[in-house]
Amino acid sequence: MTDFDHQQTAHCESGAVAALLRHNGLDLSEPMVFGLSTALTYAYIPLVKMGGMPLLAYRMPPGRVIRGLSKRLGVRFHFERFRRPADGTRALDQYLQQGSPVGLQASVYWLPYFPENMRFHFNAHNLVAYGKEGDDYLISDPTFEEPMRADTASLQRARFVKGMLAPKGLIYYPEPITEAPDLHKAIPGAIRSTSNMMLRTPLPFVGIRGIRHVARHMEKLSPANEHYNKLLIGHMVRMQEEIGTGGAGFRFLFASFLQESAGILSNDGLKAAADQFTDAGDEWRRFALYAAKMLKGRSTLDYGKLAAQLRQVADMEQQGYRMLLDLKLG
Amino acid sequence: MKLDEVPQDDSKAFEGQRKRLYARNADGEYTTALSSGWEAEDVVLDQAVEEYNRFTREARQRVQQGLSSPLEYHIYAHRMDLTVLAQATGLFRWQVRRHLKPAVFDRLGPRKMQCYEEAFQMTAEQLRSLPPEDDKNND
Repeated sequence: MTDFDHQQTAHCESGAVAALLRHNGLDLSEPMVFGLSTALTYAYIPLVKMGGMPLLAYRMPPGRVIRGLSKRLGVRFHFERFRRPADGTRALDQYLQQGSPVGLQASVYWLPYFPENMRFHFNAHNLVAYGKEGDDYLISDPTFEEPMRADTASLQRARFVKGMLAPKGLIYYPEPITEAPDLHKAIPGAIRSTSNMMLRTPLPFVGIRGIRHVARHMEKLSPANEHYNKLLIGHMVRMQEEIGTGGAGFRFLFASFLQESAGILSNDGLKAAADQFTDAGDEWRRFALYAAKMLKGRSTLDYGKLAAQLRQVADMEQQGYRMLLDLKLG
Repeated sequence: MKLDEVPQDDSKAFEGQRKRLYARNADGEYTTALSSGWEAEDVVLDQAVEEYNRFTREARQRVQQGLSSPLEYHIYAHRMDLTVLAQATGLFRWQVRRHLKPAVFDRLGPRKMQCYEEAFQMTAEQLRSLPPEDDKNND
């Protein structure tokens, strides 16, 4: 059986990628993988609905971590998708027989080891399969403390659900890594790219402007629709905290990346920026706390207060990205 | 967030699992810590689950009153909605909506029925009926 070093991470995709790279001899931390792939974002897209709620994202769409990192570091990944479920299962078994762990995309809802109340129809969960014993796959799921198991039928089902972000049995793994990537070159480019995206995307619902847009929207919520408004606020908090973000909608993960980069590049400015994003993250957490109290009825539902808190977050993040751009790294 | 601020609120939804969060130690260095849950998160998770449960209960009533086919019940019991089910089966939304009519669903051919059997991982017989009310997993 293949030895695979299972490590729990905050986020599934950056965790799976970090684990696969480590297995192939390139040891990068989860924050480094996340930061280099420029996966951080903020986007609010009312036209796209998920379960009746507008799409709200604190990170780029699924797949971005792998592709972003691959582009930034020049590490190539091999991707395979399948039309027929049986073919996907056969290919997976073959990789495992050869002793190669592979990354898989699957639906959270159909994975047998997920706690009942955490099961939702999210089709872009990432995990690593590293072996098979009898009918059970040995799975290193980055969001769980211990390695897990899934039976063949369930895993095939989870890998071949149809619908939004359908995995189509996706299997991926890094191709042999010939030379160690140059982080001194990659880090400045990634930081600049994320800062520009957050400050300068010419769309009103992306980045800093997106946060302020939602703040305005929040102020204008009609008290007559209290049930929907509460669901919307709950949805915002869930997207921010629950979906494997490492806390505060990936902001702590990003701050950790900046701090690690400060060490690699010996740059104190990056350290200060890490502090700034930690503070911004704390303000996001405060937003979640206010929202939860209001939803629970422990304090009065006050859309203005939530909007003000969002503006506070937007101001702090804006200052953070400006600090990063002013550093003129590389 | 500092290490001693990492919430340990023993969330029921985690079923004993813990998740990893990023926080800073006393020296301000980032590290990770395990959290057994956060109350604020529990509130919004409960809210989302309860919303599906409410839809499920209301669907059960409509099915019992003959206003809707059991399909509607199964949609919400599986935390889906019309759109998700349409995507998961490859049918059009209007087709799924039509199948919510008891008369139409009763006459559904085996090929369409199979779409639903696959999407829900249930037999046709299960799909045509409601599970007993006390079944906590479905209500």
